[in-house]
Amino acid sequence: MKFQEELKDSIRKALPDLDVVLGWCGSFDPLHATPHFIRREEDIDKLEISPLSVHNLATYLPGLRGKKVGIVVKGCDSRSVVELLQENLINREDITIFGFPCTGVVDQAKIKKALGHAGNVRTCDISDSAIVIQTEDKAHSLTLTQMLADKCRTCRYPDAIISDYFVGDKIGEPAPLETDYAALEAFESLSVPERFGYWLKELDRCIRCYACRSACPLCVCRDHCAAESRDPHWLSQENNVRDKVMFQVIHAYHMAGRCTECGECQRACPVDIPVLMLKQKMNREIRDIFQYEAGVDPEATPPLLSFNMEEENITEKEW
Amino acid sequence: MELVKYLKSADLKSWLQELARENRVFAPRNEGDSVIFAPFDPEQEIAIVHPATLPPKKTVFPQSEKLVDFTYSKDPENLSRIMIDGKEVLPEGTAVVFGGRPCDVRGFTMFDRVYLAEKSTDIYYQARRENTTFITLACEKPETTCFCHWVDSGPTDATGSDVLATVVDGGYVLEALSDKGSKLLTSTLLENGESRKDEARKAHEKAAELLQDAPDLSGAPKKVLQVFDTMEFWEEAAAKCLSCGACAYLCPSCYCFNITDETIGMKGTRIRSWDNCMSAQFTMEASGHNPRPTKAHRLRNRVGHKFSYYPDIHDGVISCCGCGRCIKSCPVGTDIREIVLQAIEYEPAVGEEQADEQ
Repeated sequence: MKFQEELKDSIRKALPDLDVVLGWCGSFDPLHATPHFIRREEDIDKLEISPLSVHNLATYLPGLRGKKVGIVVKGCDSRSVVELLQENLINREDITIFGFPCTGVVDQAKIKKALGHAGNVRTCDISDSAIVIQTEDKAHSLTLTQMLADKCRTCRYPDAIISDYFVGDKIGEPAPLETDYAALEAFESLSVPERFGYWLKELDRCIRCYACRSACPLCVCRDHCAAESRDPHWLSQENNVRDKVMFQVIHAYHMAGRCTECGECQRACPVDIPVLMLKQKMNREIRDIFQYEAGVDPEATPPLLSFNMEEENITEKEW
Repeated sequence: MELVKYLKSADLKSWLQELARENRVFAPRNEGDSVIFAPFDPEQEIAIVHPATLPPKKTVFPQSEKLVDFTYSKDPENLSRIMIDGKEVLPEGTAVVFGGRPCDVRGFTMFDRVYLAEKSTDIYYQARRENTTFITLACEKPETTCFCHWVDSGPTDATGSDVLATVVDGGYVLEALSDKGSKLLTSTLLENGESRKDEARKAHEKAAELLQDAPDLSGAPKKVLQVFDTMEFWEEAAAKCLSCGACAYLCPSCYCFNITDETIGMKGTRIRSWDNCMSAQFTMEASGHNPRPTKAHRLRNRVGHKFSYYPDIHDGVISCCGCGRCIKSCPVGTDIREIVLQAIEYEPAVGEEQADEQ
């Protein structure tokens, strides 16, 4: 990325006053990146920003409360930072935000599907339009836009919403490749038994590792989650698909009007369960009722964290 | 004793169908974008070209299993006296697991040392372990996350397996490795495989040649223990860890569990379900004290258990089979190989060492 050196310079300048700066670096193979914790000057050189920088590093912020933390954010990640600020879960003065113009990150599941198998990647070269992946027997040339995460295909916030340092030229408001919630609407056209059948089938393979929860930047109950609580006894520990559905419903409800649809829940799932759709459903309802979008205005109060005697679009008196 | 058969690829499903008459047969299949072990269904494709997303751990160690069914009843003469009637529920029937990889099945040998120990044998585990036969598929080539050869194993290591299947031209060479395995190889669909043994042997040699050099982990148990108290080491190693349980639940050799009573009204079941040391509640004590309060403590336990504490009491055997699933499927790419190597190379700062000696 063109602005990467500029970003490194900004971090170098800010690091003496910070305990850690969160970014990304190379991982176990050339197709993956991993979160990178920059503590020392020499860690800065390893920083790499690319379409492989998939992780939403805002997830780490509540756990680092009390420390001076720098964080490199994509536009979508910055919305999680904003939402955490709105909910007073982090302190603005402790956070230094480094923004850059994001042109989208990949969906590893799409790449895996396109390659057939992604276990033997030798090299991965990414240009503005293509990803060329060399596996042990073949070079695969994939079109970048087709490999982008769904959230990038509908993205309206490529530049960080708030930042202390912004490197590169802002993109502004792009024309999304797809309309919001198109997939959700297609799914909603199915009958109730079809939809419920879909979730029973998909969630049957859930192993209850709760990576979806742990990767979520706004799942802040952390060690006090309903999933494992015995008192109250919300969920059984049985390997029972109804309990798994129940957990996802609890998760989605807790996220209503807070979720920025960063997609970490779905990305983290080791068995590829499409759990983001449940949160999108709640968010679309919130958008329609409250005309509210999470994580775009640090001063706004999320609708379900406030109370009005009369809601404009909830006409309970007429019920 | 040595029994070698040959099975044509085209006959694989028919053979598994034959086996399914008397056994529950598990085989890997596609579910969404993942490959998981599920009861064999002839209508569905068997996904064995690449290692499965989840190992077949649940075939012997289910995600949750009933231990005891119980019922409460009240004494009509004295209503404050509550009686409980319980009945243990032992697993029944035999199972065949087709298509696990050598690492997947070797994982159970690490369970065995714990669950089948002489002093205390786990009857639930024992029943399933003894009644399950493993037809393991030899690996042809390693993935970037594979490291079985770092932990005293290899792509064709049949430890723990009953039959080793090797892909050869047009089918599989099946070698029986145990009496249980020999008993499975009686079908008329199977041909004598003696003449193809060499072909299988060559495939094994080729797989071994594809492995890159492995570092020496013989010092790991001592070295990992040496950094036990160096919390900075573990805080850095665990910085990006999300403390979810994906690594443990995908691990063929992680065997920890929770026991809970799931009660509705006067009836209930005592179940055993998977648990993992990355979970905050895992070590939560009744007093509210948690001896492993942070993810650094928890990741230290996971790595320490596999590479130090377990080998210490089990003849030096590392309780990691090197399948690499914890690396490949970690949402943030935590690499256990990297952590172990860092522990081996760790040099304490001069002041620190002196402080330890005092």
